Amino acid sequence: MKRHLWTLAVLLSHWRRRPFQLMTLVIGLAVATALWSGVQALNVQARQSYDQAARLIGGDAFASLRPTNGTNFEQALYVTLRRAGWDVSPVIEGDVRIADRSIRIVGIDPVTLPQGAGPITRDALDDGPETADGSGESRAVRLLTAPSLALGDAETVAALGGVDTRPTLGNGGQLPPLVVATSLPPETLVTDVGVAQALLDQPGRLSRLILTAAPETRSQSLADLTGGALERVEPDDQGDLERLTDSFHLNLTAFGFLSFLVGLFIVHGAIGLAFEQRRPMLRTMRACGVSARALTAVMLLELTTISALAGIIGTVAGYVIASALLPDVAASLRGLYGARVAGELSLQPSWWLAGVAISVIGALVAAGSSLYRAWRLPLFATAQPEAWAGAEARARRWQLAAAVFLAAIAIGVLLQASGLVAGFVLMGSVLLAAALLLPSALVGLLAIAQRLVRGPVAQWFFADARQQSGGLSLALMALLLALAVNIGVGTMVDSFRQTFTGWLDQRLAAELYVGARDPARAADIADWLETRNDVDAVLPVWDAETRYRGFPVEVFGFSNHPTYSDHWPLLASLPDAWSEAEAGRAVLISEQLARRFALAPGDPIDIAAPGGDWDGTVAAIYSDYGNPRGQVMIAVDELVARFPHAERGNFAVRVAPEAVDTVMDDLTAAFGAGTVEVVDQRTIKDISQRIFDRTFAVTLALNTLTLIVAGIALLASLLTLADARLPQLAPLWALGLTRRRLAAMELIKAATLALLTALLAIPLGLAVAWILTNVINVEAFGWQLPVYAFPEQWLRLIVLALITAIAAAAWPALSLRRMPPTKLLKVFADER
Amino acid sequence: MLTLRNVSKTYPSAQGPVHVLRGIDLDLPAGQTLALTGESGSGKSTLLHLAAALDAADGGEIVVAGQSLVGMGDSARAQLRRERIGLVFQQFNLVPSLKVRENLAFQARIAGRHDPAWVESLTQKLGLSKLVDRYPEQLSGGQQQRVAIGRTLACRPNLILADEPTGNLDEETSDAVLKLCLDLVEQTGSAFLMVTHSPRLAGLLGRRIHLSAGRLA
Ligand SMILES: Nc1ncnc2c1ncn2[C@@H]1O[C@H](COP(=O)(O)OP(=O)(O)O)[C@@H](O)[C@H]1O
Ligand SMILES: [Mg+2]
Repeated sequence: MKRHLWTLAVLLSHWRRRPFQLMTLVIGLAVATALWSGVQALNVQARQSYDQAARLIGGDAFASLRPTNGTNFEQALYVTLRRAGWDVSPVIEGDVRIADRSIRIVGIDPVTLPQGAGPITRDALDDGPETADGSGESRAVRLLTAPSLALGDAETVAALGGVDTRPTLGNGGQLPPLVVATSLPPETLVTDVGVAQALLDQPGRLSRLILTAAPETRSQSLADLTGGALERVEPDDQGDLERLTDSFHLNLTAFGFLSFLVGLFIVHGAIGLAFEQRRPMLRTMRACGVSARALTAVMLLELTTISALAGIIGTVAGYVIASALLPDVAASLRGLYGARVAGELSLQPSWWLAGVAISVIGALVAAGSSLYRAWRLPLFATAQPEAWAGAEARARRWQLAAAVFLAAIAIGVLLQASGLVAGFVLMGSVLLAAALLLPSALVGLLAIAQRLVRGPVAQWFFADARQQSGGLSLALMALLLALAVNIGVGTMVDSFRQTFTGWLDQRLAAELYVGARDPARAADIADWLETRNDVDAVLPVWDAETRYRGFPVEVFGFSNHPTYSDHWPLLASLPDAWSEAEAGRAVLISEQLARRFALAPGDPIDIAAPGGDWDGTVAAIYSDYGNPRGQVMIAVDELVARFPHAERGNFAVRVAPEAVDTVMDDLTAAFGAGTVEVVDQRTIKDISQRIFDRTFAVTLALNTLTLIVAGIALLASLLTLADARLPQLAPLWALGLTRRRLAAMELIKAATLALLTALLAIPLGLAVAWILTNVINVEAFGWQLPVYAFPEQWLRLIVLALITAIAAAAWPALSLRRMPPTKLLKVFADER
Repeated sequence: MLTLRNVSKTYPSAQGPVHVLRGIDLDLPAGQTLALTGESGSGKSTLLHLAAALDAADGGEIVVAGQSLVGMGDSARAQLRRERIGLVFQQFNLVPSLKVRENLAFQARIAGRHDPAWVESLTQKLGLSKLVDRYPEQLSGGQQQRVAIGRTLACRPNLILADEPTGNLDEETSDAVLKLCLDLVEQTGSAFLMVTHSPRLAGLLGRRIHLSAGRLA
């Protein structure tokens, strides 16, 4: 044992002499771990919130009865069912606005709520009599007696004003006193069903029924009892939210993994270099009596220790990154999916352990070849040492072979496979293949340059750059990957922004959007608007929810107006699409719905509706970016006929542009801000742009971090190579080149290599953008985008790469400039 | 201490097998010193590597300190090297990241027989006392080789094998280092086998053999 510790001490002594190398290794591992575990933290946190939401009121344990058309139903059905012997409990759910926050209100009936229906009974209602007022009544009793209670998690209650406060809603209602309950999802308040109906302006209506038991002997079926309005849905531990957000999280995971890979490139480079430098030491140890097994075991121990330490640093950093990104992630999840995710991280110990484990596993993978070589290390240097160039050339041949193999996989995936995972395999193999090709490409380009230039110094410059590219190749590969992914993601996001902006202009053609806070006043508001001279048209924006083959779909009623036929962003259509749709014979559907079910214009489609199912054809397909659900546009008369409970509070209003402000002011003055909500086009566009920007904030942040990692890799590689460069430089110095000139040439050389890498990253980045927009986005989100080129973005990245390389080369170049001649002379002394 | 019986070694090569050693017989009892000379490429280093259990012979038997190397596994060979054999190389092979003091003690520590008093006296006798806190790269060639010799002697091996230990040193330094080494070897009673080019240095040792065409003369 002691022997092994001594062996370990000797191995570790290497890092004492080369702290930069150790730093590279630790930073590489820590950053890789940080990015990976940070992304995992975001995913875990979000899923935790989804789970809580799904478990709330027994979603995972009890079957429920839900409206077939997706809209709230009459409470009378509940009474009918209970009379018929069904053991059901009512629930109403809906969103309200409280002080600029959207809060989910869930109304329950504590009397009929089954035992064990989610956290509500277990943890909240049975919390016992420890109530704030000390009245000794249980929460269940207080819920039932006016003014009732509103239970929320600690974060939500604190954000709304604290325990026992009674915040006012946007629609004028007042909440019951707030109480903290454990295990509730974020931004959710649970209260009595009657109170909730009032708060949500849904008197006498329910969202669903929890089913504890159906009657033993059934005289009438569920369909007969409810007239087909309710259907039985089995308990499900994976809610809709989880399914809808899956691709968002997969995307995040993929980018986390990519950053992790870039980090591992650095680790691989650092470990490989350390192995090469320690080769004589290892040989000496073997000669002095350390067996191959013992040596490999001790090297494993060394690596595990270093990587576990780096893993701890990385996991802490990952926590910090995740905390910083969580608000943006939560905002985009809300914007895109309406999902509520807690704003504070609360992570299990297993997450911390996984972070350290991934660091250790990553290090072992990256060190695999070095460990194997240590195990098989020949005990004495062979009589003819391998030529350095020969080994490099052989390595390049292997890299070429591997690149060809990966390219073959990429082509195979492109032609044969489909699905999101296949998309990421495609992206991974293209990126890796390109990285492996980089050294050969650089050597080729530099050889051509060498042939083109004249003068011995210039020729030496390119020959030496070619030789140096070998030692830097891993760092340059990391740089290539980081740049390409940056260009790819940047191109995608900017293409999307351009498309999205144009699309918003089309979709939001109306000047004003008016919503009635009180649905009963909607018709009055519409009439008031119609009578004005400066109002051209009042277009209903009415909608209902249904499902198409199990997929949630919004049905949106439109009326006959050029606003639609002139502006709507159609992707494909039949010639008479609008007139067919207006006549009620056809519908327009969103791209997501079309792609998911392979629907094309002219295909038949049937839509389930409480007022009689609707049959017709698909007349056109339009783009509907950012919507996780499907969407169907139907003539407004059809909507009203088939969906009696459709939301009818919203209108798009065409107004003469100069009259916009007057109409807004007059409308508010006439009805009051509590009744009518009016937003102009500009504001809606701004809101949409903000949601858009937040959606990609995380991706862009991860990208920037990856680029920083690559910069660190380059810096560290140049620093570790600086020593090894001396034998190449000393002869030139002896031949009469000044140290200043040598230093300048070192700088230019690093910049040249970075520039070539950056130039090669552009086509690769465009390939990444193409895969993202044409494969991955289509699979993940259901829409496709045109790709635009943004040369100024490339220029920015090239400049960034040059700055990184020059900064990284500056330190070694400076130390070369200041190097005392004795140290340069020593190179010759050593060559005796 | 070291016995070779009919030892042969062949290397494969592109031009067919190279028979480097063809039936070597050798005896080196404890306390004796032996010089091995021969042309460059005659197989001196090969023989030394076989005796040091760094490589395996193709035929014949090698016995070190009473243990036959035939069929011995890697761990057992490592143990034998650790406990019985000391090696000195032409390139010194010091660990660059360890100070002189640590290099001196390193093999003895791995062998589990570190004797601080003995290392201290070795350090003095080798004239290294002032250099113990330096790194190998801060030493001259002669100083480095003295450290390597000290490292070997620190664990009192039964058999010391040296492959052109003075090959990188000038004549004066060579003589001084070798004399010092022989003095210490005499004190420890080890057997000492040294490969050398120089007939002058070979003359300083007890016995001398010559390797040529794969055989000893
Ligand atoms: N690992 C090896 N593979 C092939 N041939 C080798 C190997 N090691 C040594 N040789 C050959 O064996 C011969 C003897 O080498 P060596 O023992 O190093 O000679 P010496 O030390 O006497 O100069 C040389 O011809 C050398 O080329
Ligand atoms: Mg030799």
